[in-house]
Amino acid sequence: MALLDAQRITKHFAGITALDGVSLSVDAGEAVGLIGPNGAGKTTFFNCLLGILRPDTGTVTFDDCDITTLPTYRRARLGFGRTFQRMELFAGMSVRDHLLVAERSRLGTGRLWKDLLNLSGPGADERERAEHTLALLGLTDVADRPVEALSLGRGRLVEVGRALMTEPKLLLLDEPSSGLDAQETEALAATLRDVQAARGTAVLLVEHDVEFVRTFASRLYVLDFGTLIAQGPTAEVLADGTVRRAYLGETV
Amino acid sequence: MTDLLTYVIKGVPLGCVFALLAIGLVLTYKTSGVFNLAFGAQAFLAAAVYYDVRVRHGWPTLPAFSFAVLVVSPLVGLLLERLIFRYLRTASPLAKLVSALGLLVALPSIVQLWLGKGQTFGVVGIWWDDNALYRFGDFVLDGKQMAILVCTGAAVVALGLLFRYAPIGLRMRAVVESPRMTELAGVNADRVGGFSWMLSSLFAGLAGVLLAPSFAQLGANDFTTLLVAAIAAAAFARLTSIPLALLGGILLGVGQALLAGYLPPASLLARNLRPSLPFIALFLLLLFWPGLRTATQSKDPMAGVDPPPLPPAAEERSHLLTVGTRVFGVVVFGVLVLLSLTTFSSYWLLIFTQAAVYSTIFLSITVITGMGGQVSLAQATFAGIGAFATAQIVDTWGFAVLPTMLVGALVAAVIGALLAVPALRLGGLFLSLGTLAFALMFQYVLVPMEWVGGGLTPLEMPRPAGLDDDKAFFLFCIAVLAVVSVIVILIRKGTTGQFLDALRGSEVAAQSIGINPVRSKILVFAVSAGIAGLGGALLSMQEGEANPVRFEYTWGLFFVVIVVTLGARTVEGAINAGLGFMLMPEVLKWVGLPASWQFVVFGLGAITYAKYPDGVLEANKRKSLAFIDRHLPKRFRTGPDRGGPGAAAPVAPADVAVPTGGAS
Repeated sequence: MALLDAQRITKHFAGITALDGVSLSVDAGEAVGLIGPNGAGKTTFFNCLLGILRPDTGTVTFDDCDITTLPTYRRARLGFGRTFQRMELFAGMSVRDHLLVAERSRLGTGRLWKDLLNLSGPGADERERAEHTLALLGLTDVADRPVEALSLGRGRLVEVGRALMTEPKLLLLDEPSSGLDAQETEALAATLRDVQAARGTAVLLVEHDVEFVRTFASRLYVLDFGTLIAQGPTAEVLADGTVRRAYLGETV
Repeated sequence: MTDLLTYVIKGVPLGCVFALLAIGLVLTYKTSGVFNLAFGAQAFLAAAVYYDVRVRHGWPTLPAFSFAVLVVSPLVGLLLERLIFRYLRTASPLAKLVSALGLLVALPSIVQLWLGKGQTFGVVGIWWDDNALYRFGDFVLDGKQMAILVCTGAAVVALGLLFRYAPIGLRMRAVVESPRMTELAGVNADRVGGFSWMLSSLFAGLAGVLLAPSFAQLGANDFTTLLVAAIAAAAFARLTSIPLALLGGILLGVGQALLAGYLPPASLLARNLRPSLPFIALFLLLLFWPGLRTATQSKDPMAGVDPPPLPPAAEERSHLLTVGTRVFGVVVFGVLVLLSLTTFSSYWLLIFTQAAVYSTIFLSITVITGMGGQVSLAQATFAGIGAFATAQIVDTWGFAVLPTMLVGALVAAVIGALLAVPALRLGGLFLSLGTLAFALMFQYVLVPMEWVGGGLTPLEMPRPAGLDDDKAFFLFCIAVLAVVSVIVILIRKGTTGQFLDALRGSEVAAQSIGINPVRSKILVFAVSAGIAGLGGALLSMQEGEANPVRFEYTWGLFFVVIVVTLGARTVEGAINAGLGFMLMPEVLKWVGLPASWQFVVFGLGAITYAKYPDGVLEANKRKSLAFIDRHLPKRFRTGPDRGGPGAAAPVAPADVAVPTGGAS
């Protein structure tokens, strides 16, 4: 049974069919890519998976639970972690605080009475877990800097770290390479591969950069005009003529 | 049938005035993203200018009208845009709201100070004869109403033509989409922004002058409640559509006339309901009008290219200085308490007792605005709820007042949570407007009822047993303040505070790690309302009665303004605000100025919020600390020359804002 299973997702916006019966599944520990040209419906699909949009028809199951109508934060508690295409960091917080607040959220310590008894502060093991994640992502040297002072590439790593602290079963990466140069993208891909090897987290990657996808994902889905036009092992899909025409704009 | 039509016709002129203001609100909101709460005050200003030149100086009608509406009003709009709102174009919605709120508090006081305490009776209308009657079949209109109808019609037609045919109209529409995009196309967005502020201010002025003859006497309050009606009409138009704003205003005027016509005039309902229809309409619109939820707040598509804001933890101070300032704060606080208990006269003891009480109330704003990032304009109302609930329970069941005070706070907290549930779907600006509507409704509809405010005479409120002595009561107030301060600090340091920080930083990201935004915000609303309720009960105990005057909505506005000016993020800021609130009138008395100058001082002070979101005092303290730091011996220093740029000492940003004093 797949970890994430989206079945026949359809979404209309004022007469435009953004998604037309798209199905996608991700197994535990697997790295899957979702690619497609601009306007193909990648972001809409992503938002349907995360509960930011509600699909018109279709179902999303995660870990054998139907989560089609759950709000975003409930999905996060079930094991969804995510990063954002346009960085969404907590202004004014340090890098370490980003990880600690995610840790606290995972532990469900958000109870007022615990705050009032001063019981909810991060304990030694929580701090240690944060240190460990910082080291994994190479963020130890900037742990106490406010996130505003970081470069885009490291900011994205903070997002990854924040998501990892919630111990996600599935990490959804929304165009992680956008805004990064080739070198930064390569570094990010390497780090993500390390993370996946170390934690065994399943990853769904929505991405423009074909190189990134080629080196990272073992399986690919290709979306165009709201429908899936191809799916399968990465190398096969990228060699496929239809995909090349739609996505890479090549005449074969 | 003719009755109905008569009432409808009667309501249209007043509705037109609402509509003029609503159109102006929509205009500025669309072109600058500022919801100009000072709009009622601008109408009041125009009316006052018109009154001054027409009645006091005996100008003929036409020059007086032209001067007030066509010269002074646009000039005021231009000044506001040039001096304040131009610089806020890329500021956060919160900063824009707070600045407009500051103006709402400051402007009417400025106008009132200029008008003087004297009589302002007998404003003459602009029609040839105010009382001339004009018959149209069965309907009769007087001169004032004719003037309103004709002027509104002319203004609306002129505006329509402007948008349709004049180049500036097209540019305004472009600026609405994105000022900077428009600038790239070679249009001076600043000039367009200035023009639209002048135009909307002209509408406010027109409304003010047209309505002035209808009031027996010119007063700022009439114009503030007028503003609420205009806000309701603007909300009806979803803050975007000018024709809908016109329609909304007229509908509201007609509704008010219908209520006046059909409700039995002597009933309590008629007495309370009719004048408060605008508040109720606004409240219901905010809760149920479907378009508002999806109405996006004005955003600049080019905001993404802005340089990131300065890191707030950039200024770090040495440990020595941090401890030093804390010790200093505690010592000053302790000395004040000691002096109050020993040498000060009973008058000054009273001042400091009330300062402690108001500091407690202001801590509720630290929670909701400083931590929750929301502006609630109903904190005085929640204080009132706490006070009335406590007084009613003590009065009815004869419970001891001390535990009942906690029940009163709980009642306020529950009502706060109930109010938050629907209002939070709106968020930001609409949440603030919703709390304003709630505050007005509470004051005009509920407080006059016997089971709430106690009817005509204020409810009695005993002091807790053994605290009849003023000094003992003073110590009790300090103790309550200390306990509440510690609670606020614990919440901020704890998970709740961290979650709120995260939500303020990015709501989508906070949700993505499993934080429930609704729960967090309802919690912060309830805690804040509870603290305000506790403070309100304390205030009534001090005064011996739950006096509704202390909890009027205007105080709620002023509370936000003063706390935001002096520091909304720290416990220290709330205590400073409490002291400032009590000491400023004394200072003004000493200088020889009327007490209403405090509204001017703090109102204009709130405009600095955009620049100093931590409060003026906090910002200046940091500046002077940085100065001291530079002149300290090297080993105590934390500045850049200790570890080189960027090698910052591990100081979490939260530490910078940790309060001093109070908590001791």
